[in-house]
Amino acid sequence: MSVPVKEVPFAGTVPSPKTENEGMITGNWRTRRPVLDADKCTNCLICWISCPDSSVNQNADVVSFNLKYCKGCGICNEVCPVGAISLAPELDFED
Amino acid sequence: MLEEIKSIKKAPVEEYYVPGHRTCAGCGPALQYRLVAKAAGPNTIFLGPTGCMYVANTSYGCGPWAVPWIHAQITNGGAVASGIEAAYKAMIRKHKTDAEFPNIIVMAGDGGSADIGIQALSAAFYRGHNILFVAYDNESYANTGIQTSPTTPYGAWTTFSPAGPVIPEGKKLMPKDLPKIMAHGHPELKYLATASLSYPLDLMNKVRKGLNANGPAFLYIHAPCPKGWSFPADKTVEIGKLAVETGMFQLYELDGGEYKLTYKPRELKPVSEYIKYQGRFSHLQPEHIEKLQQFANQRLKEVGIEAVAAPAE
Repeated sequence: MSVPVKEVPFAGTVPSPKTENEGMITGNWRTRRPVLDADKCTNCLICWISCPDSSVNQNADVVSFNLKYCKGCGICNEVCPVGAISLAPELDFED
Repeated sequence: MLEEIKSIKKAPVEEYYVPGHRTCAGCGPALQYRLVAKAAGPNTIFLGPTGCMYVANTSYGCGPWAVPWIHAQITNGGAVASGIEAAYKAMIRKHKTDAEFPNIIVMAGDGGSADIGIQALSAAFYRGHNILFVAYDNESYANTGIQTSPTTPYGAWTTFSPAGPVIPEGKKLMPKDLPKIMAHGHPELKYLATASLSYPLDLMNKVRKGLNANGPAFLYIHAPCPKGWSFPADKTVEIGKLAVETGMFQLYELDGGEYKLTYKPRELKPVSEYIKYQGRFSHLQPEHIEKLQQFANQRLKEVGIEAVAAPAE
């Protein structure tokens, strides 16, 4: 270790992510995938505000899911007041 | 000055607690963290005393905060926040920085606030630092594997209070009432509130009120923990709602010395409704549930709700 003392950082510092933390991608944890029925969605955003992983995206028309980070907890399905979200087994999907 | 958020649709779209953290699926504390960060906005410094929201968020040299974040030991969230606040005040006074005074938010668990961290918390509030101290209450030391904490309710199973033939109810002690400790012992306190993640709008507005208070503000947030309380991950929001509707948790604020209930359940449900989804209460006998009901009634009475709960089914 030949780093001069003055160059040693004050503490362990890491850069802040801006919109997502790519050091911990959690989409592969999922066993159930949320599926949206766009006809039923009223865009009330209750699922958006209730998602612990910020994995519900706001759009102009209806919401969409960020499957890169969605852990498949199913809170969105549970809080949806019109039943527009359902959960499908993850292994049913090709990707 | 942060403005009141009028509806969910008007809540800020920007995330400052971004996706990509190692919290469990359906994590209640993670959800409340996101809401607090959303309400506080970009000019914020978060402090993470040891707890779930430090350990599970900072794994493997990365963190999910788009704003500055610093770790403090579990004992000294209040002390580190005091230092940051005092440094900012001095730097601004001496014109050594152009920065606007930030929102300094401590995100401590129930261990970092009601138990191990209470000394530093109390001292910071006694000295009157301009900080917001958030205690998210998942009612156990969850990141080390669900050990009992002073806010674990009576009758709950934890690895330190297992139910068995000798002690059939699990935890025997009644929990600490941290908001009342904070409310009645700290003359410098400017704002205090309790909130639940199941009422996100109410929670975000309380965060903003606390940050606008220009002095020490305390926020106590009920955050259901699917792993520690043994309920399915998708029930987090529902359990939070049931806690309020059965009177196990009360939503109120203390602003300028006046208590105000911010949500009054229209019809109180019996406590058995709340505990039936949770595995940690599955061993309770009727006499224990009755004791838990008495506890809820007592807490409700303290905030001015007379409980006339329907008999348990």
